[in-house]
Amino acid sequence: MAVTARKIFRSAIYLLFSLIGIAALYFWMNVEFIAAVQIVVYVGGIVVLIIFSIFLTHDSSADMKKPNLISALFSAFAVSFACALVVLFITNHTFIPSSNAVIEPSVKNIGRQMLSTTEHGFMLPFEVVSMLLLAAMIGSIVIALKTKPKV
Amino acid sequence: MNEIGLTQVLIVSTILFFIGVYGFLTRRNMITMLMSIELILNSININFVAFNKYLYADKLDGTFFTIFIITIAAAEASVAIAIIIHLYRNLKSIDVDDADMMKF
Repeated sequence: MAVTARKIFRSAIYLLFSLIGIAALYFWMNVEFIAAVQIVVYVGGIVVLIIFSIFLTHDSSADMKKPNLISALFSAFAVSFACALVVLFITNHTFIPSSNAVIEPSVKNIGRQMLSTTEHGFMLPFEVVSMLLLAAMIGSIVIALKTKPKV
Repeated sequence: MNEIGLTQVLIVSTILFFIGVYGFLTRRNMITMLMSIELILNSININFVAFNKYLYADKLDGTFFTIFIITIAAAEASVAIAIIIHLYRNLKSIDVDDADMMKF
């Protein structure tokens, strides 16, 4: 429904509910830290950002244009065909789980491996991602800045 | 097949991915296209976590990839929304068909 609703605000609310459902799926798979990050970043951050940008750019009661019927039909056909193909592959494939000792995905293990500088540590990607976030923040401020009219 | 395992989770994420692709193909509004991209990235995150849990429970790599993908998605959404707002100031519209000043 997040991709078919005519009103853009309702579409954003449907997106919110599907993101909460994905967080519930993470809780069900026992990865509580990812579920918490999902709720904080997506539900608390991105959806609020999207709703604010809708308010800034839209008349919230206006309907969106209907998609072109032929293009909607063709993309629905292609998407359902590809989806059926992938589901067929998944159901026919047998997965072989590895039999090594299980590491609990707890916050302690995640934090210890994320900040370790040994062979399997993730220190370098962590730093790179922090630089990327800084660059994105500065870039979005610069882009959205109002240019002063020249006197 | 009564037990919920890796296959069922992968089917859910596949359906979510293709719903996102359908929205990306049919919508002509930049914000809703951005929302479709968020759906696609979320389905990929579900795949990473499911493979990590069911096949390679001795590693944490899928969890780390998921965390980094969430971070990059947040950065991408903020930059995209800044671009959309700037474009709206110039064009008074956020329809992708109106942003054709770079068309040859």
